[in-house]
Amino acid sequence: MNALLDDFLLRALLGGLGVALAAGPLGAFVVWRRMAYFGDTLAHAGLLGVALGVLTGLSENLGVLLACLGIALLLVVLQRQRRLATDTLLGILAHTSLSLGLVGLALLDNVRIDLSAYLFGDILAVSRTDLLWIWGGGLLALTVLVLLWRPLLAITVHEELARVEGVPVAAVRVSFLLLIALVVAVAMKVVGILLITSLLIIPAAAARRFARSPEGMAALASLGGCLAVCGGLAGSLRLDLPAGPAIVVCATLVFVAGLLWPQRR
Amino acid sequence: MSLLHDDASADPAILDDWGREAGMHAAAGSAPLLRLREISISFGQRRVLEGVSLDLAPAEILTLVGPNGAGKSTLVKIALGLLTPDGGQIARAADLRIGYVPQRLQLADTLPLTVARFVTLGTRAARAQVFAALGETGATHVIDSPIQAISGGELQRVLLARALLRRPQLLVLDEPVQGVDIAGQYALYDLIRQLRDRRGCAVLMVSHDLHLVMASTDRVLCLNRHVCCQGQPEHVSRDPRYLALFGRDGASHLAVYHHHHNHVHDLHGDVHPTTTERDA
Repeated sequence: MNALLDDFLLRALLGGLGVALAAGPLGAFVVWRRMAYFGDTLAHAGLLGVALGVLTGLSENLGVLLACLGIALLLVVLQRQRRLATDTLLGILAHTSLSLGLVGLALLDNVRIDLSAYLFGDILAVSRTDLLWIWGGGLLALTVLVLLWRPLLAITVHEELARVEGVPVAAVRVSFLLLIALVVAVAMKVVGILLITSLLIIPAAAARRFARSPEGMAALASLGGCLAVCGGLAGSLRLDLPAGPAIVVCATLVFVAGLLWPQRR
Repeated sequence: MSLLHDDASADPAILDDWGREAGMHAAAGSAPLLRLREISISFGQRRVLEGVSLDLAPAEILTLVGPNGAGKSTLVKIALGLLTPDGGQIARAADLRIGYVPQRLQLADTLPLTVARFVTLGTRAARAQVFAALGETGATHVIDSPIQAISGGELQRVLLARALLRRPQLLVLDEPVQGVDIAGQYALYDLIRQLRDRRGCAVLMVSHDLHLVMASTDRVLCLNRHVCCQGQPEHVSRDPRYLALFGRDGASHLAVYHHHHNHVHDLHGDVHPTTTERDA
């Protein structure tokens, strides 16, 4: 019994840390590129992915990943049309995919779905398969991000200047969107659809004051995310708090503590 | 576009035409680095450029002047390949290395980036090279500053240094003196001319004021959606079409600005104090 308890706690911790490590550097770019709403949209598409996964009999994880990647690509295509502003497109995609997911799940009356687990995360139920997804997806995302780092930083600073200097801007942008889709898909189990963006944004924002370089900010964001996961899990165990929201509250505490920290010089 | 490119190479008559026109401005015998011919572009219903042609010879400084909305920046972006025109032909020298100084650089405060890092984003370079490039533009003192913390004039010098690291054959500058006071503007234009003299690169730049740039440019092209007039700066400044475009008032600041020009080295506040200034 004891061993089992240890095991599920360890799995929760490993899952949370895996997500936090990947979300830190990605989140830094989300902050620099002002793409918070984009992360939110992909997260909403996650529920559509769950419904698709259940409907097709494929795994939920795969359904979520495919839905996030699909919505990311759809956004790229729609942005090319230049008919509507990006924030309008994001609003349409986010709420349509969320509603489609809810409608789809309601149609499956032979399946009992715990909606709140998807909306707010269910880190204590992270399985070995989930861990494989989280660490596999997280490591893949970080590896690709390292390869993309220089060109992505260049287009974040000035897209046209980067293009004149030979950066394949469109390819880099699409790759980055797919990376966020990947991280959102693997993070869903831990903090849920409604809270994923916070795990991208808050640790990165907290890291800003203490970072002197982009790489430093990315690393500190990962560290802050890990602290939030540990704190949130502890709060969940000791005080019986819901784990996902507790992690986000901890991240915010880290952020506030950073603000109150006396400025150097 | 590509269709018109083919037309140009297939039709010797058009090429002949080019040759004659280019010969008026470019040094004889040197092929132009950049050649635009009959460029037109519209954004929606609005015609922004109409039949604009220009040639840029190696080591030549060409300045585009014109009122707001004249299409100066649009023309620069077409020359750089950032925009594709609706009609016209573009020819660049093979493997042309371009250094670009964009008009606006608004960096989010959330990005921690030093000047040294910023300068090497486009080209990998050792710190000694970065220091040398910043030295050429008179901005070594900000090498370790956060890019958001430096002044407008310093930022322009840093952008120039980033462009220089590419060892450009062509420098393209879109309003290089934005956010800089009058004295600092003279200093920057002077610096651009010095860089050309030292490195032999051609310069294509946009300026909002002919008289500020007069001493530093070889040739001026006055743009108002079409080419209004062009030639030597003194010639353009007296051209009736230029005067009609800017009005007598706008064109008569010459004497006042000349006064500033004489004192530019005493006035500029945002220039590295150890930079050796030349006599204008």
